[in-house]
Amino acid sequence: MRTAALRLGLFVVVLAALWGLWEGYRWLWIHEGWTWPFIVNDTTMPHLSDIFAALWGSASPGGVGPRLITVLVKGALFTAKEAAAGFAIGALVGFALGVFLAHFRLLQRGLLPWVVASQTVPILVVAPMIVVWANPKLPDGLKDWGAVALIAAYLTFFPVTVNTIRGLQSPDRRALELMRSYAAGNWRILWKLRFPAALPYIFAALKVSATASVVGALIGELPSSIPNGLGAQIINFSQYYTTEPRGLWATNVIAAALGISFFLVIVVVEKIVVRRAPENYA
Amino acid sequence: MSVVEISRVSKQFGQTTALQGIDLEIGEREFVSLIGPSGCGKSTLLRIIGDLIEPSSGTVVVNGKSARQARNDRDYGIVFQDPVLYDWRTVAKNVALPLEMARWSRQKRNERVRRMLELVELQGFENHRPWQLSGGMQQRVSIARALSFDPALLLMDEPFGALDEMTRERLNIELLKIWEASGSTIVFVTHSITEAVFLSTRVVVMSPRPGQISELIPVDLPQPRTAATREAPSFFELVTHVREALHLGHDLDRAAPVTQEAKA
Repeated sequence: MRTAALRLGLFVVVLAALWGLWEGYRWLWIHEGWTWPFIVNDTTMPHLSDIFAALWGSASPGGVGPRLITVLVKGALFTAKEAAAGFAIGALVGFALGVFLAHFRLLQRGLLPWVVASQTVPILVVAPMIVVWANPKLPDGLKDWGAVALIAAYLTFFPVTVNTIRGLQSPDRRALELMRSYAAGNWRILWKLRFPAALPYIFAALKVSATASVVGALIGELPSSIPNGLGAQIINFSQYYTTEPRGLWATNVIAAALGISFFLVIVVVEKIVVRRAPENYA
Repeated sequence: MSVVEISRVSKQFGQTTALQGIDLEIGEREFVSLIGPSGCGKSTLLRIIGDLIEPSSGTVVVNGKSARQARNDRDYGIVFQDPVLYDWRTVAKNVALPLEMARWSRQKRNERVRRMLELVELQGFENHRPWQLSGGMQQRVSIARALSFDPALLLMDEPFGALDEMTRERLNIELLKIWEASGSTIVFVTHSITEAVFLSTRVVVMSPRPGQISELIPVDLPQPRTAATREAPSFFELVTHVREALHLGHDLDRAAPVTQEAKA
């Protein structure tokens, strides 16, 4: 209870410090008229209070229609659906690939460089291809957003694969000898020893992947021209940035909040699933 | 009937000969200690008995069958120097691990785990996590785990090596009680002379390069052994006997008196 209060206090202090940094920087640059690295004004760095106020204002410049926050949260929920599906696919594929490569050491040496290479290809290049290839084959219910989920999965699976391999190979010689002394076969060694030993490693990867899946979904929305997600709002507000900068900033805030909530879900699941010595949390 | 029969066992690791021409027979209910300096192959011999590694030549028979078959039949329990507890399992679940592997029913498992924790005096710690226990308690959990499925043979690889002297002496006495109660045969690797003499019915003295048996010393101290055993004159005689046997098998120590003579 005390540590929870302490953490909340710390969170508030850090938030206030960041706020102060933003506003302090803004004030100093405007006051001194500094132009490096960029000119600071209401367009480049709006007041944070203005950004949050804009969330409660109207979404369209004319002042009619739903509030901006309603539009953005709706978009965020749609993007969250894509990201969550992509995360699930990516985590499962990543885990399965990790188990496979950990078991066949020779294949691991041969295939792992290609897995690494898959991540060096810019996602902005791959995303339109996946949309063009996958969309015609997807059933109606999955059209468009299903392709975006695949793009998110593409960013998700890699950390999970790498850490699954490492985690599965983490038990030391004696832990394995113990299993051998029980005449355990490979499958039982996998489920009773290797998999539980790998869990902290896998969760470390899932935390990275959870935020990456949100980024993947946002990027995936751009070439697939889906109007429902946050990606469309990003394109929309970036076109109006010079006249209405607060819209893009507000979208940014919501996108960040989405990424953070994905991360927090994994943290909570880890707390429930992984019961380890405190120093063993990866 | 002998529980372990080792004949003409040798083991090479690359160019190194870890064991050479080992012959040893261990009878039912014996407590046999393997003692020797580092590199004499005592842990290797224990692993060969347990079929965790294979001998380069020679045969090992456990309970009248090959070591491989004995392992597959789960004929032995093993205790390492580290407790090797799985830290995602509670104490009770760690003890139940071999029973799960042997596909015991949940009810039989719970019943047996309760009895094993009583045996090693850890009642009330069922739901603790391994890291919440002291080193000595963790090692007792590991002994309970090794004994949980009534193995005919218990293999122990320096089980108390990482513990302080006081805990070690206390666990020595507990181990003897457990040995009495369980009726199993124990092969025990150590490099403590007093521990070997105190626990064993027979001490196997080994010498290095290449690892071989240099002497078999029967320990005829009366049973059950207590703290008083450590103070008996016959205990000291046996300790001296083992120490001399160890030094005889050790080239460096054999050379020591010669240099003293040269000085004189």
